[in-house]
Amino acid sequence: MERDDIIEYSLHAHHSEEEGVKIRKKIYQVTAWMTIITILEVIVGIYCSRTALMSNEDTKWIWESIKIGYIALTLLKAGFIVLIFMHLGDERKNLKWMILAPYIAFIIYLIFIGLYEAIAIGEVMY
Amino acid sequence: MSAEATKAIEPKVLWGGGRSPFSLSYGKMMMWFFLVSDALTFGGLLVSLGFARHAAVTNGWSWPQSDQVFTHFPGTHAHLPLLYVALMTFILIISSVTMVLAVEAGHRMDKKKVTLWLALTVVGGLVFVGSQVWEWSTYIAGPDGDITTWADNATLKQNFFLTDANGNLGVAGPQAYAMFFFFITGFHGFHVFSGVVINFIILMNVMGGTYERRGHYEMVEKVGLYWHFVDLVWVFVFTFYYLL
Repeated sequence: MERDDIIEYSLHAHHSEEEGVKIRKKIYQVTAWMTIITILEVIVGIYCSRTALMSNEDTKWIWESIKIGYIALTLLKAGFIVLIFMHLGDERKNLKWMILAPYIAFIIYLIFIGLYEAIAIGEVMY
Repeated sequence: MSAEATKAIEPKVLWGGGRSPFSLSYGKMMMWFFLVSDALTFGGLLVSLGFARHAAVTNGWSWPQSDQVFTHFPGTHAHLPLLYVALMTFILIISSVTMVLAVEAGHRMDKKKVTLWLALTVVGGLVFVGSQVWEWSTYIAGPDGDITTWADNATLKQNFFLTDANGNLGVAGPQAYAMFFFFITGFHGFHVFSGVVINFIILMNVMGGTYERRGHYEMVEKVGLYWHFVDLVWVFVFTFYYLL
């Protein structure tokens, strides 16, 4: 079982009781933020109806801003999860970008091409 | 937290062989690779949802609004839009928090706390899967069923069928909405279910003292990565399916 050619990096991740208190405090803070964001999203979701806002030309912009707000808050929550809960923010920079950069580049392209083609197809189909 | 990752190491030494340039063990690296590929699968599913919706809306059809569909709460027939799915989201976020606390306890070699937090994570996952079962059974066959994948479902209470200007019945629209609902939440629910099973196996190992003997709780970190990923996906499903 013991192999001397494998470095146990996980042993270096061990920390003391005092450090643990600090880390837990950060975890609880992030939990509070995520809870607040989720409650906010749900309240807006219940009280702002898309159909009602979109039916009137004057209130269309309200729904458009809510949409952007939702996406921004979602990305914020995703950032909390990936960088703090999954500890990607604490890893080496080269690892962090090896994971994030290809994914971000590909998904931006996929969203662009998916929605762009959808509008084109919606115009010719049915 | 991880001292090895913040340590300044000469690039020549770091990349010179004999060690991981990422200061990461093989298992954790492979878990990250798997998660990136899985994230692409979910990204593809959500983009295809956006595709169907944009195509339908461009064509002049309306798309069902989720807070008019998901209005039920177990044990009551009151009109409570989005509340149950918000509760499910909250439960999954909390189970993600208990997981990160289990990982933190593992770094202090605190077997008791790891057992406690990991057990709570398993419970949270089970509650979430159970909620999804309730949601599915309500929307497929329940008396309040609102969405369907087939056009002449007799249990439908509300009618979402869409017609164009000439009165022709649309083929996409609400059925596509329902199909995406069952496919995306089903695929995610299966991930949650596997996560619960994996977490349970690791919990058994923790209680058996396997990682105490090994000297580190990295296995908890690895399943933790998977569990956080499941939560991450749900955050996006919640926004793009239920809120927008």
